[in-house]
Amino acid sequence: MPILQVQGLSKSYRQAGGETTVAIGNITCAVEAGEFVSFVGPSGCGKTTLLMSIAGLLAPTAGKIIVNGSEVAGPPRDLVLLFQEYNKSLFAWRTVLGNVLFGVHARGNHSTEGDAKARQLIELVGLKGFEKHYPWELSGGMQQRVAIARALAYEPQLLLMDEPFGALDALTRLELEDMLLKLWAELRTTILFITHDIEEAIYLSDRIWMLSRRPSQIVQEFRIDFSRPRHQVNTRAEPRFMEIRNDIYRQIGNAGAS
Amino acid sequence: MTEAKRFNWLGWLAFAGLLLAWEFAARGNPKLQLYFPPISTIMASLCQLVVGGRIGGHFWVTVIRFFAGYALAALIAVLLGIVLGYFRVLHSFVAMLIEFLRPMPSVAIIPVAILLLGIGDGMIVAVTVYASIWAILINTIEGVRHIEPTLIDTARTFGLGRGQVLWQIILPAASPYIVTGLRIGLSIALILVTTAEMIAGSKGLGFFILDEERSMNSSNMYAGIVVVAVLGYALNRVFLIIESKAMRWHHGMTARGGA
Repeated sequence: MPILQVQGLSKSYRQAGGETTVAIGNITCAVEAGEFVSFVGPSGCGKTTLLMSIAGLLAPTAGKIIVNGSEVAGPPRDLVLLFQEYNKSLFAWRTVLGNVLFGVHARGNHSTEGDAKARQLIELVGLKGFEKHYPWELSGGMQQRVAIARALAYEPQLLLMDEPFGALDALTRLELEDMLLKLWAELRTTILFITHDIEEAIYLSDRIWMLSRRPSQIVQEFRIDFSRPRHQVNTRAEPRFMEIRNDIYRQIGNAGAS
Repeated sequence: MTEAKRFNWLGWLAFAGLLLAWEFAARGNPKLQLYFPPISTIMASLCQLVVGGRIGGHFWVTVIRFFAGYALAALIAVLLGIVLGYFRVLHSFVAMLIEFLRPMPSVAIIPVAILLLGIGDGMIVAVTVYASIWAILINTIEGVRHIEPTLIDTARTFGLGRGQVLWQIILPAASPYIVTGLRIGLSIALILVTTAEMIAGSKGLGFFILDEERSMNSSNMYAGIVVVAVLGYALNRVFLIIESKAMRWHHGMTARGGA
């Protein structure tokens, strides 16, 4: 059974003027446990709305979302959503350790092992020695590492990521991509990822769903079967990588023209 | 930070100079002494009052009234402020009322309080609560409204319920605003306790000061004023010390001009 099933999902907003905007047209898809799947699409195509709906933070207008066999009617227990804006999602009054411990405690683990677990995750994201720092004392990349450690501390079976590296500089972004892949392989969680960076999606994912402009639908699915672990230089240099990339760009061009 | 910690020699020197000028001016002009007794005389009176046990009782009455009123105001204002900040519709209902009552000088409520509650402790505490509630309430509402929605969404995606979001997210996230309100409320509470005691009371520092004035004991009156001044100064210092410990995360953040 897939860990996530989206069936005929649509979402409309009533705007201030009384007009109705259809953000998500009709989306049906399924993610298997352990997969790394990405959504790409033109900006403003309702990617964030889609992720917020799956996370149970927005109620869909029509359709069903099923996580681990049960229909979503509020934030599901086995899932966590990581936002792009680490400076808005981290708790400024908690230290790095405090933020990661939040994830441990939210899972219901209040034992002393919880503390050790938080420290281990901080080490895994490369922030050993920064446990007592406050988020504002860290760079953007380090802050997003904290947010990732906090999310993983919750031991989600499904991790939703909304353009998590979108606000970072290019080098930091590459570093964090590789760190994420390593953690994903080690912890065997399922990741549903949103990005506007097509190459990032190809580099990270098993599958990519391309969304149309709003009202958004899945236009095409791309299977990415490069061997793992992937390599920033070698993987990206493969001819097949370029082919997929050009394919998606062409599709987005079409989607934009329609 | 280092600026604030350094001992302010110039400030203390100016303060001491002023006291000395008062002392000599009063000594040089005996007619003036009825209104401005020399500082040394005031201090002597203060010592006699303290040793003779004539002022301690008034002091503690005022302190207890202050803490009762201030604590009650803080509790009510923070809880109400969170509710009003969170539920905007509710706030729309009471916004006009708050805007009307808040700028009204709180002492104007004292006659009403006397009418309803008599001239006992209850009246004085009630007036103190009423007066100091506004600053805390307004700031708490502002603080809750300024909370980044992503923080709440983050907490919810981690499965936190409403009560947990309140304690773990809303309260700490709004705390910089709440603390500002509490600091303003502290001074207001002390003003209102003293004023209410002057108008209707048979105990407390406010009563003592006015009573000594009426008995033409101006050096005792000044001694009472010194006690109130020291009390206010001490309460403010204690507040700032607690604040700088509890809000260390926020001071560091704003000092760096961070997010």
